[in-house]
Amino acid sequence: MGILNKLDNRVEQFESGNIIITSADKLLNWSRLSSMWQMFFGLACCAIEMMATSASHYDLDRFGIIPRPSPRHVDIILISGTVTLKMATRIKRLWDQMPEPKYCLSMGSCANCGGPYWEHGYNVLKGVDRIIPVDVYVPGCPPRPEALLEGLIKLQERIREQSLAKKQA
Amino acid sequence: METNEVYEKLKRVFEDGIGEIKTDVPVYPFFFVSADKINAVSLFLRDEESLQFDNLSCLSGMDYDKDNLAVVYHLYSYVHHHKLVVKVVIPKSNPVVKTVSDVWAAADWHEREAYDLVGMTFEGHPDLRRILLSEDWEGHPLRKDYKVPEFYKGMKVPY
Repeated sequence: MGILNKLDNRVEQFESGNIIITSADKLLNWSRLSSMWQMFFGLACCAIEMMATSASHYDLDRFGIIPRPSPRHVDIILISGTVTLKMATRIKRLWDQMPEPKYCLSMGSCANCGGPYWEHGYNVLKGVDRIIPVDVYVPGCPPRPEALLEGLIKLQERIREQSLAKKQA
Repeated sequence: METNEVYEKLKRVFEDGIGEIKTDVPVYPFFFVSADKINAVSLFLRDEESLQFDNLSCLSGMDYDKDNLAVVYHLYSYVHHHKLVVKVVIPKSNPVVKTVSDVWAAADWHEREAYDLVGMTFEGHPDLRRILLSEDWEGHPLRKDYKVPEFYKGMKVPY
């Protein structure tokens, strides 16, 4: 069974019943990382690559990653492109509207550190981590869909390690 | 029609409103027009039978030299398939140009961009607001003497 493989070593299955035993954390994390709803939001050329990743060839839907049009519905935000100072105030606002637990993936050089605009970009924020906490950085200009997928899988690994039962620092 | 022919034609109509012509330049030949005549000249360029510059390809603002700003107009005629470059030079102390947004609607946003980034004012423009930067941005970043601010709304700007 696919589910049992994903829940891996801490699952016990009984020979003759429809019963499995696992920890609440394992089950919750498995469901969370399998339905990382994404903010319907793109910024620059990275957004084109993000859309390509969403489309049928790479198909983000198979990871349960679906774009949602309201920040109240989403678990992750992909910062896919150049963050201008004008947009930065909006991103902060969107981030604040997202319910916990929430995650941020910074996609491409611009969102990571300002990219080619690091020196003369008078209106460019030099890294989105100056306004919101970033969980995963994906390098590239722009990153290929494979790179973005690896970043999202890294984020899944991070969620798998977390515990909702224990209070986080 | 070549630039010098257009120039001769305009010179006969507008006299002092038309400045000198530059043909020996590495770019496309151009001539100067005074800031208060540019609207009337534009209307003439658009409506005169032999000119019919019906398309404003580009309108750019620039920091021209130590004391002056400039607006550059790139025109094209889809009727006669000829093009023209016109410049208006204005002093930094009083950077005001007449708008051409009532002649070519395309000029509306172009003039807002030139105002936003270089900081000249277009007299008679229907809605002269910043178009790219935030409404509360201070200064005009494409001026040569522009200093990038340390912070914007608490966000550090330099790398």
